[in-house]
Amino acid sequence: MTADVTHVPATHERPSATAGALAGTGQLIRLALRRDRIVLPVWALVIAFLAASGASAYEALYPDPAERAGLTASVAANPSFAIMFGPAYDLQTAGGFTAWRFGTIAALLTSLIAAFTVTRHTRQEEDTGRQELLSAAVVGRYAPLTAGVATAGLFSVVTGVLLTAMIAGVGADVTGSVAFGAAVALCGLVFTGVAAVTAQLAEYSRTANTLAGSTFGVLFLLRAAGDTSEAEWLSWLSPVGWVHRVRAFAENEWWVLALPAATTLVLCAVAYALLPKRDVGMSLIPGRPGRATATPGLRTSLALSWRLHRGALIGWIVGFAVMGMLFGTLASGVSDIVGDSAEMKQMLQQMGGARGIEDAFLSSITGMIAMIGSMYAVQATLRMRYEETALRVEPLLTTGVGRLRWLGGHLLFVLAGTAAVLTVCAALLGVGYGLSSGDVGGEWPRVFGATLAQLPAMWVVAGAAVLLFGLVPRATVAAWALAAAFVLISMFGPILDLPQAVLNVSPFTHVPQLPHAEFTATPLLWLTATAAALVAVGVTSLRRRDIG
Amino acid sequence: MTYNAASTTTSGTTAHEAIGVAGLRKTFGRTIALDGLDLHVETGEVHGFLGPNGSGKSTTIRVLLGLLRADGGDVRLLDGDPWRQAATLHRRLAYVPGDVNLWPNLSGGEVIDLLGRLRGGMDKRRRAELIERFELDPTKKGRTYSKGNRQKVALVAALASDAELLILDEPTSGLDPLMEAAFQETIREVRGEGRTVLLSSHILAEVEALCDRVSIIRAGRTVETGTLDDLRHLTRTSISAELAGPPNGLATLPHIHDLRVDGNTVHFDVDTDALDEALRRLTAIGVRSLTSTPPTLEELFLRHYTDELPDAEADRTENARTAP
Repeated sequence: MTADVTHVPATHERPSATAGALAGTGQLIRLALRRDRIVLPVWALVIAFLAASGASAYEALYPDPAERAGLTASVAANPSFAIMFGPAYDLQTAGGFTAWRFGTIAALLTSLIAAFTVTRHTRQEEDTGRQELLSAAVVGRYAPLTAGVATAGLFSVVTGVLLTAMIAGVGADVTGSVAFGAAVALCGLVFTGVAAVTAQLAEYSRTANTLAGSTFGVLFLLRAAGDTSEAEWLSWLSPVGWVHRVRAFAENEWWVLALPAATTLVLCAVAYALLPKRDVGMSLIPGRPGRATATPGLRTSLALSWRLHRGALIGWIVGFAVMGMLFGTLASGVSDIVGDSAEMKQMLQQMGGARGIEDAFLSSITGMIAMIGSMYAVQATLRMRYEETALRVEPLLTTGVGRLRWLGGHLLFVLAGTAAVLTVCAALLGVGYGLSSGDVGGEWPRVFGATLAQLPAMWVVAGAAVLLFGLVPRATVAAWALAAAFVLISMFGPILDLPQAVLNVSPFTHVPQLPHAEFTATPLLWLTATAAALVAVGVTSLRRRDIG
Repeated sequence: MTYNAASTTTSGTTAHEAIGVAGLRKTFGRTIALDGLDLHVETGEVHGFLGPNGSGKSTTIRVLLGLLRADGGDVRLLDGDPWRQAATLHRRLAYVPGDVNLWPNLSGGEVIDLLGRLRGGMDKRRRAELIERFELDPTKKGRTYSKGNRQKVALVAALASDAELLILDEPTSGLDPLMEAAFQETIREVRGEGRTVLLSSHILAEVEALCDRVSIIRAGRTVETGTLDDLRHLTRTSISAELAGPPNGLATLPHIHDLRVDGNTVHFDVDTDALDEALRRLTAIGVRSLTSTPPTLEELFLRHYTDELPDAEADRTENARTAP
């Protein structure tokens, strides 16, 4: 990538005093687009294709009005859909179905890619010192931020346009397609703004990305809570909720689009106001001096691993504790929002009454918790690769620390850390559900056990990441793509009618749908064995390969 | 301390060898990083390890540290196999990488202590002494250190240990002249204690001041190894002379290079072996004044780094501090 820097041609015209702060922006945008010329178009296409394939699957799966009415009723009767996918406003058309089923995932992917893009071209450039190289040329103070925001904004808009074109292309209503595409693009723009701010607050690009990603997580939970309880206003507070509140293909509430547009402007204004308050490479929050000598405890590579992982681990545990408590509490009231028409009561009866709905809801929740939680496993594994590429493994491995011991210190946080995140969440999901349903003693073990059953599948994701790290270190970052593929297969595979062989690729497919379904130990043992084998191959490979 | 050409064909270390590398090969994909490299470092010596950028110095060091696996050849370190016995051998050595990166949330003092403890303990008094000598603030964290200060953290961690072998990969590239002096002082102390140092460096004055022997590598092979005195014989002396008459016939001498004639004044380089003959020729014409500049390591260096010595523009009287 450093080679690309030299491609920036020198600006020949002398910038005027007013244009000075933005001097070189155009060149930087070209540089950013050159660097991202593959990754951004691929993501835009993946997002648009995913939604369009949903729209075309709808026609095949629900060909006649009776089946569409059945779908509408069952979705309305089962709030576990609302938690993952948001409210459904129109399931009678392919477009409305797509906006419901794929709105959140399209918004999630667009937002995160946009946010990471801003960070990559702003804070990460400062981290690596490349910014200094550029700043020494004719590059204005606001140019890098402007270029990062412009690139991510362009990505969001292009994704929205592609989304509109592809959904309309498979036969959905054009006006609705425009509304949906705009809603997704604007969510991407909001997170472009979020990342512009976090790039000013954080000291490192990783922290900036974590802050932006966590913001999405919190706003998603806010929407999920609003959509599965009577406090619907919570959903209105969340930019993730606005994607659905546009009611694309139903009423097309165009004015809702003003909310993300205004939010984007405010966030960008904040970022531009914060930027001059700090030095290049530094954060707004000044670092405090550390200890002159190490505490007696800092004497093993495991102790160092703890120092490196503890921030992320504690953050995940706190986040998952809140999520567990929140959804546990919501679960017991979830049948209330179904409505009480005669038809709904009949649906409820078919699903096993209020209790059946709550169990279905809980099993959806545990699946979602596992998929999100497995991101911790990937993040913790990638930490090892990050340490390696930052040349911080060498000083350790040239002391008495062997490779196995170094690896063991990190694997503990990958595997046991994943277990800790899930266990805390499981415990509080049980407490929340138990308290609100009035039977902690009876419900807690059931919910706790059902959630823990997800652990082996999460370990498989971790194992795959460890395997990549050991065997093909340069491709370790592909662990994200792999984890995303597992999640997409499990979330959208069934609705897209994918063959069972494809569904089986995802470890999450094999977890019994507890507490909804019967418990079977066999798949869990297989998943655990698979995870162990993946980790073992990864560890063996690491012992044999070059470091660095 | 003699030029030990014979040992390059033997495999393994002899009893007094701290490092013995013979015929080392390492490839990365299609790139050949090391192509039959030899390196022999005797116990108790400070050995300079020189070569242009990308010639394979760091790769050699990383093989010695068991971080990279050799594709061929023989590597012995402290009478052990650096790949198989990495962790055991590492307790007896200390390493300063060329690129020092610190953990952002650890202070310099914490890093020094951690690395010392992982190696099996360090001398606290020596740690304090070195921090003072290198004027290091141990309370700063990760990136708030400048490049030179990050290097000092790694230097203090390595030098405060009681390791019998120090492997230093361009350890002073970011240090100011004062710190450079402190570094040289410390290395002299280390040698006085009988410890062995492998010093990869581009700072020739440092190598001249510290090293007993040097090895020069190029494109993954050892091209020269020996004491500095040995190597000086292989290079040229610069002569500037004002003569009594025109310098006829000088240009035909085979050992004279880069001859420039300016009236009765001549400037040329002469192979050190042929100095005698050249001077006889000058005195035959009659010498009014004469300046002779002995060969510096820089010339030796340039000669091996490039195919030809560059034109005599290089000012020899200047201190050979910086590599080109």
